[in-house]
Parts: sequence; structure tokens; C-alpha cells
Amino acid sequence: MSLFEMNHIRKSFGELEVLKDISLKVEPGDVLSIIGPSGSGKSTLLRCATGLETPDSGEIIKNGAVGLVFQNFNLFPHHSVMKNITLAPIKVQKRHKDEVYRQARELLAKMGLTGKEDAYPYQLSGGQQQRVSIARALCMNPDILFFDEPTSALDPELTGEILKVIRALAQEHITMVIVTHEMAFARAISDHVIFMDNGVVVLEGDPEYVFNAEHSRMQEFLGKYDGQSAGI
Amino acid sequence: MNLSVMLSQLGSGFLVSVEIFAVTLLFSLPLGLLICFGRMSRFTIVRLLFSAYISIMRGTPLMLQLMVVYYGPYYLFRIKVPMSYRLIAVFIAFSINYAAYFAEIYRAGIESIPIGQYEAAHILGYNRVQTFFRIIFPQMVKRVIPPVTNEVITLVKDTSLAFAITVTEMFTKAKQIASSQASMVPFVVAAIFYYIFNLIVALAMNRSEKALNYYR
Repeated sequence: MSLFEMNHIRKSFGELEVLKDISLKVEPGDVLSIIGPSGSGKSTLLRCATGLETPDSGEIIKNGAVGLVFQNFNLFPHHSVMKNITLAPIKVQKRHKDEVYRQARELLAKMGLTGKEDAYPYQLSGGQQQRVSIARALCMNPDILFFDEPTSALDPELTGEILKVIRALAQEHITMVIVTHEMAFARAISDHVIFMDNGVVVLEGDPEYVFNAEHSRMQEFLGKYDGQSAGI
Repeated sequence: MNLSVMLSQLGSGFLVSVEIFAVTLLFSLPLGLLICFGRMSRFTIVRLLFSAYISIMRGTPLMLQLMVVYYGPYYLFRIKVPMSYRLIAVFIAFSINYAAYFAEIYRAGIESIPIGQYEAAHILGYNRVQTFFRIIFPQMVKRVIPPVTNEVITLVKDTSLAFAITVTEMFTKAKQIASSQASMVPFVVAAIFYYIFNLIVALAMNRSEKALNYYR
């Protein structure tokens, strides 16, 4: 049984059909990267998957809890780092405060943010804020974690920080779906890659297959990334 | 009349002014939130109803509204109201009027919160009520303090409108003493009272603004 499935998803905004019959499957422990040009429907796909948008048709099967890391973090500015991470597990999942705090401290340590428990988001760099938001998502113990262009709001140095964290999560076999523009990174850490263009899945398969495919649209897209590297 | 007698008379009027001020805030601040919810309702009919309410409250003079609330029960329904209703009428008219202004300030505050805050709350499983009271409302409060301060300062001065139905607040007293003594002094003293009151209000609001500066 797959952890997560989308079958024949369609979504339009007015006249514009953004997703045209998209299907995908995520197995436990998978790292799936979704790449493609801006406007190809990647983000809409992720928003449908996480329930922020409702598809016009098709079915979504979730066999587990879903977490999401946003492009621009969306931390709660009026809450400290600790409260950002712990409030939902305590208030929504009704878990015991001590246990949640213990887990939050472990996650902060893993994110290299020990000592920042009482800081407020505005006091942190973009990379630190994104790491807090990853910790916030992980503290809900999701079965699958979605990333919506997690490094697009960051400069190259901070991008490296975040990619390192995601890479570490992949090594722990945390199931992840990552929408990204970091090609080298996607190629290195993914079990599967989906290349989207114009609301359809153009190519999918293991990274070597997708990145080496003799597909004109794919090669044209990759050509734009030549000479750029994300520090990993 | 010596100054101390005048001061004690104005002082007793001042207490009534403070009472009008405090009771109005006590009722209009929360009432404004309810009206704001109505104004932002998903249901068009509710939204239109509350928009009309706000439009009327902001579009007609507070003094006229005060007259309607005070004389309405008798002129419309021939209900004889007791003397004590004067002050009650002031509380009602002021509260429903100021609530309309606060509702619009709250709405602007709520609408200025980025959509991402709602989305993050949704993903984390907060329901609508939790999202509003834990995430949106605290951020709204910080944003609305400056415009609310403006209204509160206006309210201090507006308490003098209770003069229109001869509630004996400070301005009514000042007017009475001034005409009986043919003197400007009571007006000057009343002005000083209002000014100091507002100075305190501004300081208090400034402090609460600073207290919320722990985040951005």
C-alpha cells in the first residue's frame, strides 16, 4: 500500500487549466522531487496534495499525516521558536507538554538551533527561520513531509544550509516530496524525479533516467541551469 | 464661587465623563469584534446587513444617534423612561457608535495578516476558532493599536456630547457654572481636565504598543 497517491487530478483557475490529469504515488521512505519551469503547476500540485487547494476532479489517498514546509516559512511572528514548534502538537494533537518539549529540543539540536528556543522569528536569518519551520513540521510526526521550494527565498549560502538538513532527513528515510529548482540537489538525493511542464507530467522515473533523458523540453529546461550550482 | 468649589463641581462631572468613557470602551471594543465578524461573514446577506449598520453609524452624527436612543422609546412606543435612563442612553448610543468604528479598524487589521499565516495554521491542524484566537487575533491587536488610539482619544472628547441630553458630565457642569458666574474659567479648567485625561490615555496606549514590540 502506498503512503500517498494522487489519481487523475485536475485543477483549473478560471480558464487556465493548471493541472491536467496528474497521477503520482509515494511509497514509505521515498524521496520524490518535482522539478519543472515556473508556472508548470508544481506548486499547485503540492497545494492540492496538502489540502490547501481542492482539486476539481480526481482522488487523493492519504495513508498518514501530512506536513508542509513553505517557501517563505510562514512562521508565527508572535510566537517564540519553541512555541512555534510545540503549540500545535500540544493544542491540536493533545500530546503531553513535557514529551513535546523534549522532542522540540531534539529537533532544534538536529537543526543546529540549540540556544534559539526563546528567540522570535524576526531575530533569525532566513536559513534559521526555514530550519525552525522544518522542525515545526517534523514535531507533528508527519508520515510524509512536503517541501514547497524550500530554498527559493534564500541566498546561495543559506540554501546550502537547508539542503544539508533535507539531505540528513533523507538519510533517516523520512518520506519527502520536494518541489525544487535545485537540480543537482534533486538529482543527488531523490529516489524518484517528476518533471512537470504545462500542467502535465512529462517525465518520471529515477533521477539518472530523468536527467539524462533525450527529451527536448527536459534538456532545454536543464540547459538554463548549466553553470549554476547550489553548493551541494 | 471660589476655585475649590468650582473644582469639586467640575470634578464630580469629570467622574461621570470617565464613567461614560470606560463603559463605552468596555462594551464597544468586544462589540466591534462581533460586528467585524458579521461584516466579514461568508453569507452575503449578513455581510450586507452589517455593512449597512456600519455605514449608518459612521454616516450620521453621534449627537443625533444619542437623541434617537434617548427619545426613541417615548416618541416611538410611548414608553415612559426614568431619569436614570439618560446615562444608560449615553452608554448605548456611544457603544453602538464606537463599535462600528472599531469593527472597521479590526477588519483592516485582520485583512492585513498574510494568507500564509492561515495556511500554516491549517496545515498544523488548527480549526477556524483556534486559528483566529491563537494566530490571527494576537497579530491583529498589535496592528490596530495606533488607529484604536485615535478613536479612544476622540472618545474622551466625545463624552462631552452627553451634554445634549443634559447628563451632568464635565462639559455640562462647565457650561452651567460658566453661565451662572459669567466666567471663562470653568471652560479653561474643563479643557485642562480633558487634555490631561487624553495625555494619560495616549501614554497608556503608547505603553501597550511598546509592550507588543517584543516581536515584529
